[in-house]
Order: sequence, then C-alpha cells, then structure tokens
Amino acid sequence: MPFALSPERERKLEEILGRYPTKMAATLPLLHLCQDQAGYIGPDVIAFVSERLDLSTAHVEGVVTFYTLYNQHPVGRHQVWVCRTLPCALRGAQAVIEHCEKRLGIRCGETTADGKVTLRTAECLASCGTAPMMQVDRDYHENLTRARVDEILSKLLE
Amino acid sequence: MLKHTDYLTRTYAKPEGWTLATYERDLEGYRVARRVLTTMSRQQVVDEAKKANLRGRGGAGFPMGVKWSFMPKTVGPKPHYLVVNADEGEPGTHKDRTLMECNPHACIEGTIIACYGIGAHVGYIYVRDELHLSKARLEDAIVEAREKGYLGGAPFGSPFPIEIYVHSGAGAYICGEETSMLNSIEGRRGEPRMKPPFPANAGVFGCPTTVNNLETIAAVPTAFGMGCEAFSKLSSLHGIGDGGVRLYGLNGHVKRPQIIELAVGPTLNELIYEVGGGVLGDRGISCVIPGGSSTPVLRPDEIVHAPDAKSPLNPWHGKSVFDVPLGVDTMRGVGTMLGTCCVTVIAHGTDPVACMHNLMQFYRHESCGQCTPCREGAAWLERFCRKVLDGKASLTELDTLHDVANGIMGNTICAFGEGTAMPALAFLQKFRREFESHLRGERSGVEAKLAVEPWS
Repeated sequence: MPFALSPERERKLEEILGRYPTKMAATLPLLHLCQDQAGYIGPDVIAFVSERLDLSTAHVEGVVTFYTLYNQHPVGRHQVWVCRTLPCALRGAQAVIEHCEKRLGIRCGETTADGKVTLRTAECLASCGTAPMMQVDRDYHENLTRARVDEILSKLLE
Repeated sequence: MLKHTDYLTRTYAKPEGWTLATYERDLEGYRVARRVLTTMSRQQVVDEAKKANLRGRGGAGFPMGVKWSFMPKTVGPKPHYLVVNADEGEPGTHKDRTLMECNPHACIEGTIIACYGIGAHVGYIYVRDELHLSKARLEDAIVEAREKGYLGGAPFGSPFPIEIYVHSGAGAYICGEETSMLNSIEGRRGEPRMKPPFPANAGVFGCPTTVNNLETIAAVPTAFGMGCEAFSKLSSLHGIGDGGVRLYGLNGHVKRPQIIELAVGPTLNELIYEVGGGVLGDRGISCVIPGGSSTPVLRPDEIVHAPDAKSPLNPWHGKSVFDVPLGVDTMRGVGTMLGTCCVTVIAHGTDPVACMHNLMQFYRHESCGQCTPCREGAAWLERFCRKVLDGKASLTELDTLHDVANGIMGNTICAFGEGTAMPALAFLQKFRREFESHLRGERSGVEAKLAVEPWS
C-alpha cells in the first residue's frame, strides 16, 4: 500500500511548506515527519516524498543516505545512542558502551531479538561537560553512572 | 584575571528561566530589540555592531559587525536571509545547547536585531536534530514572542516584518559548515559549496544571506543594551579587537566540567585550575584541546616565542602558552585556534595516539565525501592510528601519516579538511616520542583506555 501521512502530520506539512520559498526545502522536515510515523524511510516513503514535493526519487534517496538520522532499515522501538567521541571517551564512554552491549546482549548497531531496543554509538552529542552520556529516543541522559544506565535499560526492556 | 559575568547566563539557574515572563522581568527582555527596531536605521545598527568587536563564537572568530556589513546596502529583488548556526557538534563543544535550553529568548531577541540589521525578513535557526529540548524551547519562545507582537507583520509596531523558524538537521556534523548548512536548508545533501560566491552575495535559495553562530546572536541584545563599545571593553583583549563576554566550556579530565560565562581573556591555567578545580586525581596535564577537536592541541611545556616588541604576544614572551589569554588572535599566535572556547583537558598517562585515533574515527565518519583528499585522507589517518596502536606500523609509515595529513591541507572545498589535518599533525609533532615508542612495542604495557578513572 502506498505511504500516506496521518491527517495531523499532513497539517504540519502544510505549515512547514509555508516557511520556505521552495518546496524542496521541506525535504528534511518532511522526511522527519515520515520517519516519526513509519519508523524508517523505505522505498514507499521515498516515493511519497518525491511525489509530494515534485522531486526525483534520486534526489530524495540522496538526501536520505547522506544524513545519519534517517533510518534506511527498520529499527527497534527505542533508539539508544551512546556518545563515543573523545570528551565522553575520556570519561568512560567505552565502559558505558561495553556495559550496554552486555546488558542488552547485542553489539552496537544491532537490535534486540524482541525488537525493543536498537543500540548505536553516536558522534559528539554536545554534552561534553556532562559526560558520559547517552540519548534514548528524544531524551538526553547525562553524567551516567552504572546504576543509572541499568535503570534506563531495564525500563526500556519492560 | 578571571572576570565573572552573567549577561547570557542569568536565567540559567532560575526556575522556568526560559520563559518570556522571566526574561522580561529579570533581564528587561526585548527592551533592546524594541529600541533598535523603532529608533535606529539599518546602517546605524551595522555601525554600532562593529564597535562590539564581537568575534564569531562558532570557531572561525570573524567579527560579526563586519560580516553584517557585507550584505547589500539595499534589498534588491532577492530577499535577504539570516541563518543562525546551532548545529553544535564539534567534539568538546557544549555551549550553544545551554543557551537554547536556558535562555532561548536571548537567542530570539538577538535574531530579531540581526534580521533588522541585515535587512532580512526571515531568520532560520538551524538546530541539530538530536537537540529536541533545545528545539522545543526555541519554538515555545517563538510562539510567546509572536503572541506579544514581537514577531510577525509589525514587530514592536515597526513596519519591518520578521519571522523566525527552527530548521532541524538530520545528523551530519558537516552541516555546521556555513555553505553546507545552506544546502541542507534548501533540502539537499549537506555538501559544502565552493566560495566565491560568498553567502552575503548568493546564500540560501541563491539570496544574500548572513550566517552567524547562535552564541554570537545571543550576545547581541547584551551588546546593544549596554552600548557596543562598553560591551567590547568588558574584555581584557578589547585592545586587539576581541571584545565582550563569552561562554567558556570545560570537559575531559577536569574535576568540575562546566559551562561558565567570563569576560574574554582568561588563560588556560585560570580556567582549568580556578574554574575547573584542577585535573582528576591531581594528575599533571598531558595536553589540552583549546576549542573543539579541530583546534591543534597545546602542551603545558610549550613556551611563547615573541621577542619582537610589536608582536601582540610579546607581553607573554618566555611564558607558558597556558598563561596566554584565550583570544582569537592570541591563540592563532601560538599556533592553534581559539575555536569554540570549550577546553578539553587530557591528563598525564593518557595515550595521545589513542586520543588521535578516537578523533580520526570521528572525522572519518563525518567527512561528506565530496573531496578525495578529505574523504580518503580521514580514513587513512584513522587506519594508521589503529595500526600504530596495534604495534603493527613502521617508522616510514609515520612519515606517510604526515604526508597524508599535509595532502589534505588546502586541497578541499571547505575547512573540514584542515579541521582534520591540523589536529592530526599537532598530535604527530607534539607526541612523536609516544608514537615511536608504540612502534618499538614499548607501550604495550600502557593501557590504551582513555578514561583515567574507572567508570562506576
């Protein structure tokens, strides 16, 4: 079945289109709206976006593959990103990553068998002063301790 | 000497400090924008802005007022745009986020003044997608300001319509590069453009555009509020055209990592020991990254050499680089860059090769891939470091590492190439002994772990 936005997101799109002098400029925001709904950007979404904004599918695919945060494949219900870049690494990010992998029983880049959690490493998330840190879906968790990570992960796996 | 100020950060500790109510009550918010839009001409705004000596807070340190003056004097058939760069993602940089979360109205008020100064009716604030709280706070602030009539068709009753929109990125460090950001707003892959044409002539949607860092913009109401010259004079480096107050960051192996507002001009020693409380476990310092990962590292045993009395660094001749005030030109003088002023402290006992490897992983991941020297070079640098760490590299390969880094410099469309090569070369030159001892297998006993204290 072809992809379609929910009525509420369709209204949001109309508002977004009003912000820019070209339709193409809505590409990134529209892809975010679609991913919010579908979880990832599949061929059906690419067809929808190119149709909706009068763009070639090649253009939309080019954009999707350029930016890290567009999922090109289905992912878990929750996204866990652990920052691995130097300032966090100086504060123990490697240990946080290893601990998450052990607790979830998966490696970075993988999704738990029940489809609940996808674990990935992130490049600098602008929380260097409160390292180590991780992002879970939309929320930042900073100054992580082992106990805090356990608490966060248990909640996700419930 | 440290000079604490709280112009940008006064709302930080207040409950609901991000609301319009707090901003108007405690900071006389929007009073400055009202005065500017109702009593000053565009030209007056630009002339005043130049007196602030407000050096761009995003890393390059270009004077804001001068940048504004590059915009066409009269608005032609093509509209003008303001783009505010809040794509904070340089490793070690964590300052803009605090402004968006804790003082979003200063960002909005600054954007209004800047829009007016450059003749733009629309301003886009480009925020990286991960910063959901920052985006929400900015969007709420925009709604509040619009309800009050500070935005829209006639802000403060002035006949100069202004709209501000938040544009979300999608996870690409390179979009912090200004021309890449313009492509990203237009809905394209975030690949940097050739310059010229410069954004002031042909920016977003092919129209004249000014791109300013978010902290630069957030400081505008403060500067105009007290008078731009008075603002500049707060800085101890006012005399060399580096004015005002700014946010300084501390992270890495320091006891009290934080963001703090200070008058421009503290030294590294003051920041690390007086503000940060010293190094974890009272260790010595191996090196610091002065302002984001693209700025070459400094070692505490580096001595300033400026015997010429005319040199701006002459007052510090013979002293440690850690005793030089942190300014755009002073840091350039000691062979690094001020960057974003967020200092990453690296303690003694940390393997510099492992540090460099970690950063090269970042650059390898974030290179946009347009230019061959950068795309391939960043990957080579990362692989070489890995090989050194594994004890499998040879001495000749260390020289190749130099050649690869040098081959990136100056051969790419944007400054990402230099941002990769400069720190790589600094690590190689300043820690040659550590690289060589890896080659001789002497560092096998040294733990390559970067954390000096166990995570618990």
